[in-house]
Amino acid sequence: MKTGFYPGCSMKGSAREYSESLLAVARELNRELPEVPDWNCCGATAAHNLDPDLALALPARILAAAEKDGMDEVLVPCAACYSRLKVTRHELLEDEQLRQRISGLVEADYRGSTEVLNILEWLSRVPELEKHVKKPFQRKVACYYGCLLVRPAGIVKFDRPEDPQTMDLLMRKLGAEPIDWAFKTECCGAGFSVSRTDLVAKLSGHILEDAVSRGAEAVIVACPMCHLNLDMRRPNIEKRAGKKISIPVIYITQALGLAMGLPAKKLGLQRHKVAVKISAANAAAKDI
Amino acid sequence: MRSDPHVHAAGAALADLVLKKTGVDVARCYQCGKCSAGCPLAAEMDFPPSQIMHLLQLRDLPGFAEMALRSHTIWLCLTCEICFCRCPMELDIPKVMDALRHEALARGMVHPKAKDILAFHRAFLDSVRVTGRLFEMGQVVDYKLRSGHFLQDMLQAPWMFWVGKLHLLPERVRDRRALKRIFARTRRAGEKRP
Ligand code: SF4
Ligand code: SF4
Repeated sequence: MKTGFYPGCSMKGSAREYSESLLAVARELNRELPEVPDWNCCGATAAHNLDPDLALALPARILAAAEKDGMDEVLVPCAACYSRLKVTRHELLEDEQLRQRISGLVEADYRGSTEVLNILEWLSRVPELEKHVKKPFQRKVACYYGCLLVRPAGIVKFDRPEDPQTMDLLMRKLGAEPIDWAFKTECCGAGFSVSRTDLVAKLSGHILEDAVSRGAEAVIVACPMCHLNLDMRRPNIEKRAGKKISIPVIYITQALGLAMGLPAKKLGLQRHKVAVKISAANAAAKDI
Repeated sequence: MRSDPHVHAAGAALADLVLKKTGVDVARCYQCGKCSAGCPLAAEMDFPPSQIMHLLQLRDLPGFAEMALRSHTIWLCLTCEICFCRCPMELDIPKVMDALRHEALARGMVHPKAKDILAFHRAFLDSVRVTGRLFEMGQVVDYKLRSGHFLQDMLQAPWMFWVGKLHLLPERVRDRRALKRIFARTRRAGEKRP
């Protein structure tokens, strides 16, 4: 079984700590993650909004490259890229005519043998994850899934679309206490981070306020876009809310890394806008 | 007014186009409002999703369907998929929004307030066309030029650079020609320069 890795653009740039922590954790777990050869951008919301053919062609080229390389599946940790690849795979396999037309556009044939995997699926498959935990993550956490990991349910076919549990179960294995809350799958404002920062401040603000009011000490995420909005847009969120909101936002791979006892720096925690002052276990704060 | 054959045909054509492109028959919507109740941006929209569906249902009255095309809503929709998830008739509303956006672009009917959103998307695709991957720094500059918001996020960039999130040089795909060909083949109204 060959599992490839599609980092996508943000994991190479503004979300590099997601990639750093994933690769650090994969090394610890003895998992190889070769990148999809010469991968391109998935087109994200821009292609999706402006050009339906491009929105299928860009992910199709990625899937075809992975397939050609003999990858049985591709891990796509960015939830937004995951959605684009998963939806494209679905549409192409549903409609043979469309598949042939898009194959022609990208000069490569994707036949559908390569599956698309999100980070929670990949982590859930690690047998006896608990055994790798050296410093239990003894914190109350708000597991935030966002939209694209769980919807549209008929296509992603992953967990419940409005009250998913996979991340909660994972965090429990790490020793954390996931809270029950109302904004698990509410939208953070997604691709409006730059063009409509005001709306991101509002939507992301509601998410953080609910997490805080229910006693969470950290928000756990599995998407660079969610992280960007909840962490880097914190000044905008605080300005709109008229108060300080200091809850940190941590990638699931960073939480796992901390629980495995990996140093914070290796997990890229120093790159966050909102300081991560909590650590796994009740270890001293100097860990971070 | 009802007898105006031209306008009448335009409304009907739009509902039919939506059906053809998305498989969604807007007539099946019974206006329960669940989509609008769950939509995170309903309050910002000129027409919440259920009203967009209603406008399309008014296919036989002149001008209404076109209001959906000219709406701010279709540009605000984040494709969060909550509406589709909750619709008792299982109508794929986000797909309807997609179809309306593409049609609005093709007909040059984009809502004036959607200018920044569109500028951002275009700057994004420009970057991908040239390098095959998103070059965040290049995109931000491109967006500033297109939107005229020169001062926005001025303080964010040095911080991002400092913590190692912003690169001065783009990541590139090796086979950039293949990417250019894909863009050339798929080029459509929306992708062209404004
Ligand atoms: S939820 Fe479905 S049936 Fe109800 S108003 Fe919205 S589109 Fe119509
Ligand atoms: S997909 Fe669009 S219309 Fe539907 S709930 Fe989300 S933002 Fe609203």
